[in-house]
Amino acid sequence: MNRFLIPLGIFVVVVVFLGIGLTLNPRELPSPLVGKPAPEFSLPQLHDQQKVLSTNDLKGQVWLLNFWASWCGGCKTEHPVLIQLAQSGVVPIYGMDYKDRREEALAWLKEWGNPYPIVAVDESGRAGINYGVYGVPETYVIDKAGVIRYKQIGPLREDILQTKILPLIRELQNQ
Amino acid sequence: MIPEIGHFALILALCVAVVQGSLPIYGAAVGNSALMSVAKPAARGQFLLVLLAFCCLGYAFAAKDFSVLYVAATSNSQLPLHYRLAAIWGAHEGSLLLWVFILTIWMVAVSFLSAHLPEAMRARILGVMGLVSMGFLLFMLTVSNPFERLIPAAFDGRDLNPLLQDPGMVIHPPMLYMGYVGFSVAFAFAIAALFGGTLDAAWARWSRPWTTVAWCFLTIGVAMGSGWAYYELGWGGWWFWDPVENASFMPWLAGTALIHSLAVTDKRGSFKAWSVLLAILAFSLSLLGTFLVRSGVLTSVHAFATDPKRGLFILVFLAVVTGGSLMLYAWRAPRVGLGGGFSIISREGMLLANNVLLVAALGSVLLGTLYPLFLDALDLGKISVGPPYFDTVFVPLMTPAIFLMGIGPLAQWKKASLPELAMRLRWAFGVSVTTALVLPIVLGHWSPLVSLGLLLAIWIATTIATDLRERLAHTDGNSLFGRLASMPRSYWGMVVAHFGLALFITGVTMVKGFEVEQDVRMNVGQTATLGGYTFRFDGTQQYKGPNYIAARGTIHVSQDGHDVTVMYPEKRRYTVQNQTMTEAAISPGLLRDLYVSLGEPLDDGAWSVRLYHKPFIDWIWGGCLVMAMGGVLAISDRRYRLAWRRKDVEVPATTQMARQTVS
Repeated sequence: MNRFLIPLGIFVVVVVFLGIGLTLNPRELPSPLVGKPAPEFSLPQLHDQQKVLSTNDLKGQVWLLNFWASWCGGCKTEHPVLIQLAQSGVVPIYGMDYKDRREEALAWLKEWGNPYPIVAVDESGRAGINYGVYGVPETYVIDKAGVIRYKQIGPLREDILQTKILPLIRELQNQ
Repeated sequence: MIPEIGHFALILALCVAVVQGSLPIYGAAVGNSALMSVAKPAARGQFLLVLLAFCCLGYAFAAKDFSVLYVAATSNSQLPLHYRLAAIWGAHEGSLLLWVFILTIWMVAVSFLSAHLPEAMRARILGVMGLVSMGFLLFMLTVSNPFERLIPAAFDGRDLNPLLQDPGMVIHPPMLYMGYVGFSVAFAFAIAALFGGTLDAAWARWSRPWTTVAWCFLTIGVAMGSGWAYYELGWGGWWFWDPVENASFMPWLAGTALIHSLAVTDKRGSFKAWSVLLAILAFSLSLLGTFLVRSGVLTSVHAFATDPKRGLFILVFLAVVTGGSLMLYAWRAPRVGLGGGFSIISREGMLLANNVLLVAALGSVLLGTLYPLFLDALDLGKISVGPPYFDTVFVPLMTPAIFLMGIGPLAQWKKASLPELAMRLRWAFGVSVTTALVLPIVLGHWSPLVSLGLLLAIWIATTIATDLRERLAHTDGNSLFGRLASMPRSYWGMVVAHFGLALFITGVTMVKGFEVEQDVRMNVGQTATLGGYTFRFDGTQQYKGPNYIAARGTIHVSQDGHDVTVMYPEKRRYTVQNQTMTEAAISPGLLRDLYVSLGEPLDDGAWSVRLYHKPFIDWIWGGCLVMAMGGVLAISDRRYRLAWRRKDVEVPATTQMARQTVS
């Protein structure tokens, strides 16, 4: 065995792993919250500050919770996907306006369209901490019993929606 | 029209690179002087073509030509001119162009400063560099063309990422790239030597100044990146062990090891194969860094647009360049021979140990950076390795390295005596240990890590003092100054660089041990006290910048009733990308920085404000600067100046060939 071949051997191993790494998506982080009850919140609504949106109101149905903000670029990327999903009426998407200014959030929804039946306001980011939000946008699939079943970090994409989220939602709705 | 000229210039540059990467190397192999002489004009021609392309892109930015996709994506009509020009390297395509541009600058430098090299050597070096630039030009022209058109043109651009709209960002990438790409010269020297089978002390002597220059640029580049993170990200950290930071730090470690190993090869003829391997390693890590940043295999704060196609291209390129070089190494290095023998206790032995430790540290950083990827690839789950891992691994590896750094310069070549060394260094050791134990108590807070950090820093300083004193005793001359000045500059370079490291360690230790921070809600007129300073918040005012609106806070700082300074931290909202940026206000000082950043607005004009008192933090970057100055001193040494002055005495090609076969 030629000891001068050792560096080459190590390098080949590194390259193989880098090659595999290219096919993976580092943004698909597992969440410790998947399989756990969704943290409860009761927060003022964006469009009507007098009312609150609470996790208790949403029990008994499958729903999506989407953390977004008007200052977030990725939210604009995923916005068409959300609008389309909302129009299909498959599942309600509740919005969580994360660390944002009310008037700017309202203006943003007015300009780009509102996929949410109700938006809750998480001004302090407290709900975001409870949900373990890494950064907006993030989307959670929550089942009829109020358990988190899936977490999407970063913008929702059409392919993820079709291959992962929609089949999961159908399965959960039939339970 | 102008962008098309730039595009065309790149295509022509690629053609020249193909010629430069093939004919001279072939010519050197068969001994054809005419083919070898193609290298010089080709390198210069390529430089001019890439320069032209660079200017074309610069013009497109200056003229706000939003029909160029890249310009529309990274600038905006309201962006000031200097940032529009810096936006050339504000994203992926343009920074590749900068990469190639800098590579051609290095090529031209080699073509002008290589008159003392045998023609075959020069032909091979420029040929290898031509091959590298061919790869990058191909990369640009196939998957990341900065001149791609956007038809119809955008009405206005999407603006440069606000994080990058900062003077530091204007200079940081070129500096870093000068370092990264500079290692391509050492790499080309090593490959050329492997091709030619002439791995000797002369090869090391020629490589040394190039390696040192690249290392200086890289040192400054990395330090500037860290400084930028410190004042721009708004939470006072200066190093995050982020994959992209590691990507710049790993070549630095390899380069540092290479500088020391080349010194041994030059002086003693040992470590030849090792030096070649380090030269390959340093440049490969630069390429790996490029891969990590561009491919998106690892998540990082440096969210460059990522694209798997680009990642694949760089990976294949990396595999070809590094895999090819390592194969060449495995084939040729066994014939190189080992050079002079030495005992373990000798300067060689210590430099070798130091090298091994540096490479081990490099390996641990590499492992920590790639570990999440490995686990993910093996389907063992997703994890992230953070500062805890790096701090735990890095400190124990660097501690013995720095201990040896103090002894090495005092040890003799070939064989030294341990008892004698211990005798000579007893004062340095005693002073370091005592000071390290006592000083933290005097400063009011003793902890093992603070003591260790101070011990290392003072050890470096005291061993340097010991060495200087001994050398002075052996130097003839009347005045102290005259004797100091008579020592060679390369020696001074080492002393200054090592001393820079001592400053750096002091900075890190003091900041980690004694910094204090406070996160407070401040009403208008309210005060907070931190580190002996009183901060009074005088509210915020709205104002409008060229492409942002900002809330600017006013904070009066006083100490013992005397005004110290007024600080203006800002919260900016860049209108085009609708991004909020925290512009911290920093009051720098030799012994401390005061750092204030605005958090969130609260009711009644109150804000949440973060206050930091960071002792000695500027020593971190000051230390890096001093290290780089050491490098500059070393290359201004007399023998390099002589070598370059001698260049007009050229040796005819035939005798060069003959000499080469002999050696």
